[in-house]
Amino acid sequence: MTFFHVAVRRHFPALLLRQTSRIFIPRRWNSGGAQADPSCKYEESFTQGIMEFPGGKVAFTPEMRFIAEYPDERIPCFRVLDDNGFPHRGFHDLVSKEEAIKMYKNMVTLQTMDAIFFEAQRQGRLSFYLTSSGEEAINIGSAAAMSSEDVVLPQYREQGILLWRGFTLREFANQCFGNKEDYGKGRQMPIHYGSKKLNYFTVSSPIATQLPQAVGVAYSLKMDGKDACVVTYFGDGASSEGDCHASLNFAAVLEAPVVFICRNNGWAISTPIEQQFRSDGIVVRGQAYGILSIRVDGNDALAVYAAVSSAREMAIKEQKPILVEVMSYRVGHHSTSDDSTKYRPVNEIEHWKIAGSPIARFRKWVERSGWWSDDEESKHRNSIRKEVLQAIQEAEKIEKPTISNLFADVYDLPPKNLQDQERFVRKDVMKHPQDYPNDVPL
Amino acid sequence: MAAIFQGVTSLKYSTSVNSKAAFLYPSPRSVSEAKPSFLVVKSDANFSSGLISRTRKAQLNLPNAVATKADNKTSSSAAASKPGHELLLFEALGEGLAEEMERDPSVCVMGEDVGHYGGSYKVTKGLATKFGDLRVLDTPIAENSFTGMAIGAAMTGLRPVIEGMNMGFLLLAFNQISNNCGMLHYTSGGQFKIPVVIRGPGGVGRQLGAEHSQRLESYFQSIPGIQMVACSTPYNAKGLMKAAIRSENPVILFEHVLLYNLKERIPDEEYVLNLEEAEMVRPGEHVTILTYSRMRYHVMQAAKTLVNEGYDPEVIDIRSLKPFDLHMIGNSVKKTHRVLIVEECMRTGGIGASLTAAITENFHDYLDAPIRCLSSQDVPTPYAGTLEDVTVVQPAQIVTAVKQLCA
Repeated sequence: MTFFHVAVRRHFPALLLRQTSRIFIPRRWNSGGAQADPSCKYEESFTQGIMEFPGGKVAFTPEMRFIAEYPDERIPCFRVLDDNGFPHRGFHDLVSKEEAIKMYKNMVTLQTMDAIFFEAQRQGRLSFYLTSSGEEAINIGSAAAMSSEDVVLPQYREQGILLWRGFTLREFANQCFGNKEDYGKGRQMPIHYGSKKLNYFTVSSPIATQLPQAVGVAYSLKMDGKDACVVTYFGDGASSEGDCHASLNFAAVLEAPVVFICRNNGWAISTPIEQQFRSDGIVVRGQAYGILSIRVDGNDALAVYAAVSSAREMAIKEQKPILVEVMSYRVGHHSTSDDSTKYRPVNEIEHWKIAGSPIARFRKWVERSGWWSDDEESKHRNSIRKEVLQAIQEAEKIEKPTISNLFADVYDLPPKNLQDQERFVRKDVMKHPQDYPNDVPL
Repeated sequence: MAAIFQGVTSLKYSTSVNSKAAFLYPSPRSVSEAKPSFLVVKSDANFSSGLISRTRKAQLNLPNAVATKADNKTSSSAAASKPGHELLLFEALGEGLAEEMERDPSVCVMGEDVGHYGGSYKVTKGLATKFGDLRVLDTPIAENSFTGMAIGAAMTGLRPVIEGMNMGFLLLAFNQISNNCGMLHYTSGGQFKIPVVIRGPGGVGRQLGAEHSQRLESYFQSIPGIQMVACSTPYNAKGLMKAAIRSENPVILFEHVLLYNLKERIPDEEYVLNLEEAEMVRPGEHVTILTYSRMRYHVMQAAKTLVNEGYDPEVIDIRSLKPFDLHMIGNSVKKTHRVLIVEECMRTGGIGASLTAAITENFHDYLDAPIRCLSSQDVPTPYAGTLEDVTVVQPAQIVTAVKQLCA
């Protein structure tokens, strides 16, 4: 991973030169000892042109220079595979053949699953769905870089992580249909997956709430000294939330092993980047919080893999947070409740769908490496398509969770008022069975 | 029980009340099994020194027996057991917290200035030195975020205790508390549990201004999935703190800014109270007065006057704000048939409003009069001391209300 470190460090001096000559002294974790008497330090430091403020030494300057609000050159984007799938010479042995094939197959499965589930919603079989179209490389590339012990706190567009970790198509379908085999027991809307077994925290709709929770999980891992980190995802829109700022800050202060992955896909429902923030993306914010950060080509699965691998290694070994901004494009609509053609040009969507496709680029590389063929492609796509359709058909037929699941798990044991309410509901159902859905057992 | 006992000489009003007012006599009285309550007056020299004249609070000395049905450590003849030790309410909270942190290494504390500063009201004093900087964590100022952090930590197996510097600041944490803390156990299908304790000082203090005089129990009471308790004495503070930490559900423990310096003698041996139980403060026959937190003391002060004038109020500190202990409350209503609720919440949408609804729904047939509810005014708490006093319920109003109810 040395190439990676060199690549990162090469760009930072440029940033520092352009901006203030700030001398940054990181505060290490200590037991709050009393401050030494600063009065004699001040005199000497005044004559030397340096001031020791709380927080560290700062040099004086007679030049009144404001820091630029936007860098002359934007932070460049790390990539491994070019548009035609040729890898940069430094990265030939990044992944093995087996790993590469697994990554490719998972990306295709993710794409197929998304497309068919989306259609199922349009057909009225599902109430809601949300695709990760265009972000398959982000999903699978980062998932492949993690260990199964790393705890994932998703936003909602990361179902590929679950797929990689072994969540079956049937389990996805169960949650979307909210049937009795759903691990969430039918209580959440579709795509709000959660699996304690696979270390994937249940999706919660409000944006960015997972970010401070990620810091809390990292705190827990830190207390236990575990050889694992936390990986949490958020979008460009979520970066505006207060929780985002505070958790980046907390993570830095706490020295928490969290990898923050920002999926900058250009759109927050209908809000484009220019209306979301005015900074050079999210990556520049890392330095504002004292966090090591990098910008990555999110449509390049190998680049995502390399960056996240490195990030998690640093996070665990050096016990600190890392910020990874993956640049991509949200090819699909925000969700089934959205029609993105209303606020963005169709040719823009088409361009990214075809020219920017992460799957197409990765395919070129695996095919050229002799690990994949057209034949295998059609075989895989056909079999996955069949499996997804079958999963939907089966999950659709399974009955829903019983009515007692409405009242269970609110607390560890239901208190009297909930018991009363359940009794009332049951009595009501007995009296008016015709008003009650027939696929929800008592 | 708002009686200030300066030795035996102040017991003159005992003659006008029937013998059931045995709380004045240092001997147990026989009662029905439903409420074992031995009320013993201790003529401690230190008794009145625990009073802070500026708070006009009365000293409550309630021995173990009332909580016996909840804990299994002390016996019911506790009046004559070990002498125990005296401490102030904030120390009792700290003691409970320290004991739980010793017992269970996954208990940790997070909040602003809880570490070496010891917390805004010194509840966590000494814990950072004892347990380290990581287990007693000073966080940056972002309530929503450190609450979220605690939730994440809880979902991973820790048992965090979150301190809000003032309860009012936890309004900033409402998103995490409502959308995640109360919900994630449910929406994850029971896969993740969130055994957090959220605590902090709240209530109307002494000229702290509107933003520092919030009563959050009224805002939080609708959130499904959380439990709420309010402590009012050093004894129940420690017991509820320990119970809240041991609970698998998220619990919000409401402390009151003006009660932190109450002194009481509490048992040396370990005890844990029941989160869902109310506390019988003074048994009576004529009217049930339901109250909690600081208003308990205003009620007991009013009770002194009422007893003087021949009334026999039954005072219950409801303690459990969510869910209500309708068992004890119901039994009381069935006995007295009249209910007065005295709370510090605002009139609209407060705990009293919910309690009125719950009692009406469940015990309507037993009521001889409509339920009266005395609450604070629906105004932001003014800074001026005289105005502030008018916004909360005063003992004189309680006396008037009881007389009207019993008329």
